[in-house]
Amino acid sequence: MRNTRLRLLAVGAVAALALSACGGGGGESLLEVADNPSFDAGTTMKKLADAGTIKIGIKFDQPGVGYKDPATDEETGFDVEVGKIMAAGLGIAPDKVEFVETISKNREPFLKAGTVDLVIASYSITDDRRTQVGQFGPYYVTGQQLLVRKDDNSINKGEDLSGKKVCSVTGSTSLKSVEEKYGAQPVPFATYSECVTQLKNNSVDAVTTDGAILLGYASQDPDKLKVVGEPFTEERYGIGYKHGDAAFCTYLADTYKKIVDDGIWKKAFDQTLGEAGVDAPTPPAPDPCS
Amino acid sequence: MNVLIDKLPQILAAFGTTLQLLGASALIATILGVVLGAFRVSPVPALRWFGTAYVTIFRNTPLVVVFIIFVVALPELGFQSSFFFRAVIALSLYAAAFVCEAVRSGVNAVQAGQAEAARSLGMTFSQTLRHVVLPQAIRTVIPPLASIYIALAKNTAVAEAFGVTEATYQLDNLVRDFPGSLWFLFFGIALGYVIIVFFISGIAGLLERRWAVSR
Repeated sequence: MRNTRLRLLAVGAVAALALSACGGGGGESLLEVADNPSFDAGTTMKKLADAGTIKIGIKFDQPGVGYKDPATDEETGFDVEVGKIMAAGLGIAPDKVEFVETISKNREPFLKAGTVDLVIASYSITDDRRTQVGQFGPYYVTGQQLLVRKDDNSINKGEDLSGKKVCSVTGSTSLKSVEEKYGAQPVPFATYSECVTQLKNNSVDAVTTDGAILLGYASQDPDKLKVVGEPFTEERYGIGYKHGDAAFCTYLADTYKKIVDDGIWKKAFDQTLGEAGVDAPTPPAPDPCS
Repeated sequence: MNVLIDKLPQILAAFGTTLQLLGASALIATILGVVLGAFRVSPVPALRWFGTAYVTIFRNTPLVVVFIIFVVALPELGFQSSFFFRAVIALSLYAAAFVCEAVRSGVNAVQAGQAEAARSLGMTFSQTLRHVVLPQAIRTVIPPLASIYIALAKNTAVAEAFGVTEATYQLDNLVRDFPGSLWFLFFGIALGYVIIVFFISGIAGLLERRWAVSR
């Protein structure tokens, strides 16, 4: 435990240094903060712009995607950058954005209760979720992959998982798909870090979730861990908002189009997920706002 | 509502795991707790000291911490085992501390004259305990023991976050797949736990009535 935490701290510190070294720093948005933007009266955008602050639900424990550094209290990751960008368009500076930890189970309840205004938390778009909340996107498409011990050559693809112990977070779609598709034995844990601990001590054979998250862990311990296999699912990350707020969806869509066209999307990727050594993919085309 | 019916086989299988966890931990906790309880009332200071230390440590440590210690530490010490086994160890060591205290209170409730009479008949300490004191203590111990088993039944849910696919894990799974049926799922799974608890209190009530004595 202690070791892992120390290592996390060290990695966090290095990442923070690296980020501040390459200019900009974590506290700035890639999109210029809009100066007094105008919105129609009564819209969510108007309300948020007037308030000058926004609450965005993110993950705190996914390096590269949504991560809160325990040493500096600074949030980093691709989802965080997207959040800052969406806030900037409303005239809200990054330091006025309140990032709220939103674990998977809390995403719908937080949006419904208004605890957060947006959820950008590796939030896969599904039909059932769309009946509960609004989901703009995808703004990023990833897929489920496998993290295994470096010396283990027996697992290379989904089909190799039959009867193997595969760890992921309780209540995640990843665990369901390896169980139903490949007959793996599901091992639920509360966090991905705990799964990685159990992988390293040989208690489980693989850890599975979206490739983006696994790459973050592999890059922390490249001597012991590796990511294998082609993505065997398609996870389309969406931005959650309150159900039925069509105007807000249009705002998100317009802002997304702008950052794709201006190359800001690619910059956000390179500064976060790209750190794990992968090239930025083509930004996905989002579903139309209905 | 339909979700509960459609997914009944999975829900029942998950409750099967919950019951196995409960059964195995209750058994080990009871055996260990009775032994520790005997330690606490024994005439040997070292045994009394050990019993007190055990109860103090395990009763004052949050269950999740006990789980972390056994789920993470066992393999680090080179002791590989299934997650089910690790959960049983954590749950039973934790519950044993409470069983121990219930047994001790039961023993204390037996009038001192009983033990003195047994000793005057030439019985040893263990004979006194087994033939005279414990049989009488059991009666007073049933209600607190039932409470401990009920708490244990609910505590098995902690195993969900430590690699065991029991009932609460299945609830999380179903909530993920069918967020629209959140309340049905929640109350459906809660009903399962209510049935388990009813069963435990039912048996406790039955035993209490059967062994009741007028004093």
